[in-house]
Amino acid sequence: MAVKEFEKPILKEYTPIPKLVEEATSHLAPFKSKEEFQKSLGYPGELVENWEEVALDKMGDLLKKYRSLRVYMDSCIQCGACTDKCHYYLGTKDPNNMPVGRQNLMRGVYRKHFTLPGKFFPKLVGAVDLTKEVLDDWYSYYHQCSQCRRCAVFCPIGIDTAEISMAAREIMDSVGVGQKYCNEIIGKANKIGNNLGLPKPALADTLEGLEEDVEEETGIDVKFPLDVKGADVLLITPSADFFAEPHVDGLIGYAKVFHEAGISWTLSSYASEAANFGMFIGSYDNMRKLALRIREAALELGVKRIVFGECGHAWRVAYSFLNTLAGPFDFLDPRYPVPQHICEVTHDLINKNILKFDKSANDGKVITFHDSCNVARASGMGDVMGGQFSLPRDIIKATTNNFYDMDDDTIMEKTFCCGGGGGLLTDDLIELRMKGAQPRMEALKRVVEDHGVTHMAAICAICKSQFSKAFQYYGFELDQIISLHQLVGDALIMTKK
Amino acid sequence: MSFVTIFYGISFYVATLILFIGLGYRIYEYSIIPSPLKIPTPPAPKTKSGVAIRLFREVVFFESLFSATKWTWLFGWLFHFALLLAALRHLRYFTDPVWFWVSWEIVQAAGHYAGYMMVFGLIGLLARRIFVDRVRYISNPSDYLMLILIIAIAVTGLLMKWFHTDIYAVKMFFIGLMYFQWSELPSDFILLLHLSLVLLLMIIFPYSKLLHAPGLFFSPTRNQTDNARDQRHISDWAKKLESKK
Repeated sequence: MAVKEFEKPILKEYTPIPKLVEEATSHLAPFKSKEEFQKSLGYPGELVENWEEVALDKMGDLLKKYRSLRVYMDSCIQCGACTDKCHYYLGTKDPNNMPVGRQNLMRGVYRKHFTLPGKFFPKLVGAVDLTKEVLDDWYSYYHQCSQCRRCAVFCPIGIDTAEISMAAREIMDSVGVGQKYCNEIIGKANKIGNNLGLPKPALADTLEGLEEDVEEETGIDVKFPLDVKGADVLLITPSADFFAEPHVDGLIGYAKVFHEAGISWTLSSYASEAANFGMFIGSYDNMRKLALRIREAALELGVKRIVFGECGHAWRVAYSFLNTLAGPFDFLDPRYPVPQHICEVTHDLINKNILKFDKSANDGKVITFHDSCNVARASGMGDVMGGQFSLPRDIIKATTNNFYDMDDDTIMEKTFCCGGGGGLLTDDLIELRMKGAQPRMEALKRVVEDHGVTHMAAICAICKSQFSKAFQYYGFELDQIISLHQLVGDALIMTKK
Repeated sequence: MSFVTIFYGISFYVATLILFIGLGYRIYEYSIIPSPLKIPTPPAPKTKSGVAIRLFREVVFFESLFSATKWTWLFGWLFHFALLLAALRHLRYFTDPVWFWVSWEIVQAAGHYAGYMMVFGLIGLLARRIFVDRVRYISNPSDYLMLILIIAIAVTGLLMKWFHTDIYAVKMFFIGLMYFQWSELPSDFILLLHLSLVLLLMIIFPYSKLLHAPGLFFSPTRNQTDNARDQRHISDWAKKLESKK
């Protein structure tokens, strides 16, 4: 299946609410997962014969396991408050990409099979049977949701479409219809320890190369330790940080922070991945299995703290779920939250005056900050409400002289997704990704024009990869997206050899 | 006893049972389903009292809706607030002697004018449903009918300003139902229409999107505290996975 040509959106000054175009992106669907990857996650290899029955059983099961799903199926008033809030709707104009439109694909089936009015008066309440066409629509549109939760912020009831798209993906997996990108990656992480399938020798080699690079550049012997028993900090970072641009500059930044603060740290080859794609497919089991690797690595290495690198959904799983999935972490140092974000570590060290910066090192840059959805809307930082917004900004202001925020409606809890989150960062969905990036690109364009912004900093591996593509597509430069800890690393005054 | 009295008397008993048992059962269902993961949306409070304040602001001011769309907020909030005022006015038909504050002129007058405000708000919501293409796309027949039903209840209520009924007899009918000492219900057309529509609303409540009322209180994105790192949050079914190994 070749990716079709599609019309390139024109960036406007403000993102207008488009008139809807039915079926605008019904042709988009990611590649399906092969049998071997389905089976390794405990799902059927292909569509099972009695799939309708199995799917409805699974749905009934989830409705009893997740209050969110049940309450959200019942409670929607169809008021329309969310209809213009999704970046994919704004970019594609497809009404099934309005959050409520997406939800209704499942709500119709719910009403038909789990409510009385849907059984007796299906036409009246929009109840439908779970036919093959409906299943195909699910596959298409539940993979056009990046689970970014922007809609949930605006909904008067707090209905979270991410909960519904996760449940839908779990139901589809259970009948043998899985997504290639996510399920293959989970397989790799289960087998080797990271999403890239990078085995220990290759990882050690990469880290050694980084040590040489940093020494060459700064003359300082900054270490990138791997599997060091007895280190204080276990760093769990997205595997993209090991080599992808601009991610790797973030990793160098973390290493410099640890080095300058004199904190002993290590990476783990067994848990060499912060990302947890089990969340994207809505599978508690798979998410838990991946999370347990981190617990096992922490026990094995005998560390005192766990720190996460820059990764959006990983931080959601870490901050909001890790204690639930793989806790309790009573074997770690109780003086630190478990786990910590690298921004919390850096922020704390700045406050304690342990890190000093030469801001002029970043004077060539005018910075704006992209709040990644899973950090902004699904987790926190520090011990203040809204710390996930203030801590990264504090760090940017401590390390640079030029910082401008984008429009209020596009940052913090109202931030727009990069367009590639939720397990959609795959080339078979490139049309969706580029169209979904449009609202963020429009907001960026405004600060570029108004304030001469040159770079956008982010703290999410998926955002960084997605923007590398989207920037080129929309006429920005590839290297205008940077890791927040690149700013830290570049401006940090290194006093220790 | 006239046929009308017997019919409406029995109907109100049945509808009341459906409303309370149905709604009670839904609330029971919601309360026993676990929330296995912490999913509050920002700004998420860290404490239970913070959650209480957050829910209060959502219920009273429709805060999230306000930040989403001003028109829907305006019409929706006017309608709900008017509904509350109208309900307070109606308490005089169900309390004997009438609670002292219910009989205050301000409560009675506000309840009356609220009727007009309710119709205004509902027509606004209906107009949005018809004229905004996105809202039209998601609307099922039941979404229009629900608005029309409540508009009709409000209009028939207001019409009794001109088509008088023996309101004291109506009150005695309801007090009679409550204390099992039935008395005659006047059989005026507008009154009976008003009451029939109310009966319908009571019956469909537990089976319709009107469940958004209890739903808000059970919505994990709004009712959870943001303390996942400090306190382990685990559901019973998830705990079973841990013993399985």
